[in-house]
Amino acid sequence: MDKKIDKSQVKKVAKLARLDLSEAEIEEFAVQLNAIIDYVERMNKLNTEGVEPMAHCLPVSNVFRDDIIKESLGTEKTLANAPQQDGQFFKVPKILEEQ
Amino acid sequence: MAKVDYKVLVGLEIHVQLYTRTKMFCGCELAFGAEPNSRVCPVCLGMPGSLPVMNKQAVEFSILAGLALNCQIADFTKWDRKGYYYPDLPKNYQISQYDLPLALNGYIEIPLKDGSFKRIRITRAHLEEDAGKNLHTAGNFSQVDLNRAGTPLLEIVTEPDMNSAAEVRTLAEELQRIVRYLGVSEADMQKGHMRFEPNINLIIEENGKQFRTPIVEVKNLNSFRALENSINYEIVRQSDQFENSRIELEMGNKSTRGWDDAKEVTVLQREKEEAHDYRYFPDPDLVPVRVNEQWLNEIKSRLCELPFSKRIRYTTEYGLSNYDVGVLTAERATANFFEATIAAGGEPKRVCNILTQIGLKLANARGCAITELGPKAADIAQLAQMAQTSEISATAANTILEEMVNTGKGPRELAEQLNLIQKSDAGELEAIVDEVLKNNSQAVADFKEGGKKSGKARGFLLGQVMQKTKGTANPKIAGEILDKKLA
Repeated sequence: MDKKIDKSQVKKVAKLARLDLSEAEIEEFAVQLNAIIDYVERMNKLNTEGVEPMAHCLPVSNVFRDDIIKESLGTEKTLANAPQQDGQFFKVPKILEEQ
Repeated sequence: MAKVDYKVLVGLEIHVQLYTRTKMFCGCELAFGAEPNSRVCPVCLGMPGSLPVMNKQAVEFSILAGLALNCQIADFTKWDRKGYYYPDLPKNYQISQYDLPLALNGYIEIPLKDGSFKRIRITRAHLEEDAGKNLHTAGNFSQVDLNRAGTPLLEIVTEPDMNSAAEVRTLAEELQRIVRYLGVSEADMQKGHMRFEPNINLIIEENGKQFRTPIVEVKNLNSFRALENSINYEIVRQSDQFENSRIELEMGNKSTRGWDDAKEVTVLQREKEEAHDYRYFPDPDLVPVRVNEQWLNEIKSRLCELPFSKRIRYTTEYGLSNYDVGVLTAERATANFFEATIAAGGEPKRVCNILTQIGLKLANARGCAITELGPKAADIAQLAQMAQTSEISATAANTILEEMVNTGKGPRELAEQLNLIQKSDAGELEAIVDEVLKNNSQAVADFKEGGKKSGKARGFLLGQVMQKTKGTANPKIAGEILDKKLA
């Protein structure tokens, strides 16, 4: 099986997804991802010439709502599931500009 | 020292908050200054199982703005997810439009100081959702308010067609006027309704050779002043930096800077544009938007005359000065009021003078729009007519307008009450002139002597007539009578 996804790509994707993976996991996922790509690659055998790329799987468009106010949850309910909060705001670890 | 010349290139990204009642994809109210996290629902919280639904008004506002910016409106547009890892958007992506924006290839005409116009190309305009607000409080945590998360934003991107900070500011101000005229945004700078990100670099010409400095993007500016000052700062900084380092524009050396409003300097935020991997992909939760001709025409019919066209029309049709035209077209309400007054029979130049010299001053002093001062367009038209026919003097017109605002009375009633109707009755004025001539024989003699003294003496005699009538004599008619008698 030729490797389409190597460990460095797994690391990059993990970083973009903010996932902290161990070396063993990186190995494991590289194998699994390759299997997935191989499977999906079978689609390349299909002739898609002249077929418009599909933007959505349903043949539906223009599903709108009117600009009418609906009741929101309110602060208390909004914060109810937060790991940390101070009654008004969500509390999160200090945000630092990424370098 | 080598001969150095440079040209500034600036392109601008502008985020405009749309004037809808509710958010882009849910029914939460847009309420500036509301209690933190009180306008939040499962959709803008990014709860599993919740589904976004498009706000039709926001889509129509965007199309309207796109039309006003002379863009092609896409007949098919879709939604994409843009990877985003900050807690102010809990879904971990922003819903935006990537490869199929709502509007493309437009332009905006900006007024230059000399009265001419410059065309700035618009690359694209697309709809997206705003993030919430992170408050960076002291200590080891940040506070997050999601009230703003999901607010509809129109992102407008221009080509790098502007060549000075002043031009960029003019474009931003013109855009503010356009979206306000259309009613698609309140464009209130204080509330962050317009945010700017200029991309700036220089083409430096040195001994016949051209060098381009690396592009700098200044993030998140929310005032016209900061926009203009940050660009002027960058021009100097980039030219100095080039002189010292000789670093030129190349792939990947674009940097991002922030604006320190207190120190009035830009501050480096991110040195190298790491090939940003936003991992855009079509949002499966939202179906595409198709704009057919019927819908597009329906939206087109809501377009109004824009400031650009008004300026040209006021100049050519009414012969007004660039300055006056600028004042009258600054707000749609003012322009409409001006036009209504003309429609009611006011002479354009006269109406313009009354409105710009006193009307807007009164409105500013009261902190209201000219339309809220009280007097109707028809009242102002009558006032203008009275001044136009010399029934009252131009100064009296200003006094009367002020009293109209104070008392709510009509112009004629006030003119009479304040004794500001000019005496144009020849018989009555003749008697007064006769009396003045009789009592001022020295001045009459001076006049007859001719030369320098003559003009002075005439002025004195006319002054006496005005004094006797307490300024109510029509100066033109009084002068004619005086000249006839002195001849």
